[in-house]
Amino acid sequence: MGTPFELNRIMLVRLFVAVVIIVVFTIGVRRLRVVPTKFQSLIELGLDFVRVGIAEDLLGKKDGKRFLPLLTTFFFMIVAMNITGIVPGINIAGTAVIGVPLLLAAIAYVTWIYAGLRKHPGSFLRNALIPPGVPWPLYILVTPIEFLSTFIVRPVTHTLRLLMNLIVGHLLLVLCFLATQYFFVTAPSFFKLFGLGTLAFGFAFTLLEILIALLQAYVFTILTAVYLQLALADEH
Amino acid sequence: MLSLALQAASETPNPLIPEIPDLFWSAVVFIVLFFFFWRYVLPRISAMLGERAELIEGGIQKAEIAQAEAAAALEEYNKQLADARAEAARIRDQARVDATRIGNEVKEQATADAARITANAQSTIEAQRKTALVTLRSEVGTLAIDLASGVIGESLADDKKANAVVDRFLAELEASESSKAKA
Repeated sequence: MGTPFELNRIMLVRLFVAVVIIVVFTIGVRRLRVVPTKFQSLIELGLDFVRVGIAEDLLGKKDGKRFLPLLTTFFFMIVAMNITGIVPGINIAGTAVIGVPLLLAAIAYVTWIYAGLRKHPGSFLRNALIPPGVPWPLYILVTPIEFLSTFIVRPVTHTLRLLMNLIVGHLLLVLCFLATQYFFVTAPSFFKLFGLGTLAFGFAFTLLEILIALLQAYVFTILTAVYLQLALADEH
Repeated sequence: MLSLALQAASETPNPLIPEIPDLFWSAVVFIVLFFFFWRYVLPRISAMLGERAELIEGGIQKAEIAQAEAAAALEEYNKQLADARAEAARIRDQARVDATRIGNEVKEQATADAARITANAQSTIEAQRKTALVTLRSEVGTLAIDLASGVIGESLADDKKANAVVDRFLAELEASESSKAKA
């Protein structure tokens, strides 16, 4: 405890994930062919999912290309860190402590505010806080609400959605498997049957966690793209 | 103060309060991955996609060029074929005209030749006949004189006389012949 460089199990998981991503993608794009091999197709499928399905779909070709590195990093970093939650022997998601979700949400927050200010230097904040087309007395009500929802609630929910999904998933799995362990090993023979039930739940939640790992990565990335789109849009 | 806070955090960890190492290692991982994707993966993929699009577009363009070339070649071929047909027709017509002309010329030439040869022959015959007549006349005269000299035993050397005799004889001969013809 004490130094900022202290490594615990989750930090090691994150470093491991980074190494795995770098190795996989380096192998994947080291010798790119115009006619792809099977593995290259798989890598392209993943990258195209972010490039076409998120970046270009929401931001268009030009802005999509601008923010593609950020969105791609978000997606693959979160997917890989989420999935460690169900990898046997690791059993903890790299995103299940607040560091990664908070950091990424903060980066997204800074990025969309920066993009908005750069695109609409004069009107970005005014449009965000004082939306046009509202009778002026209502601004007393609207402006604080807009400020809260856009600049406070948005990054907080962005962080917590990811963090809580992964924490809860981890807790559920731990609960199921520890209960199974308890019922099979420690509990009196009558209770051993319950172990089958908790094992089945553990299995089902593991499958669910795979879905959640992919879904939350997608949600986090697409929300980042949506915030960017809102900031870059010509009219609010 | 900080150590107290950390101690408190480690005793009852609040999942919403980030710890410094947590943020630090998150940032390290993020920065490494961000540069990895930004500087290495995405440019390579982008370059490859560009190459692929170019290849596909190039292929389409190449096919279009080939098609245009084929169409041009076909047109050229058809034009040449039409030209050749026209040429052949022209040559055939020319040949027909030439043949007719040559035939007529030959026919005319032949007719003229025939006429000329006939005329030559006739004049030759006439000339020969005249020569023969003259020769015959003088020879017959001489022969008759000689014969008569022999018969009458008298020389008819006097040419004047002889000629008169001969002429009289021939006149008589002609007269007898004409009377014979009358009869």
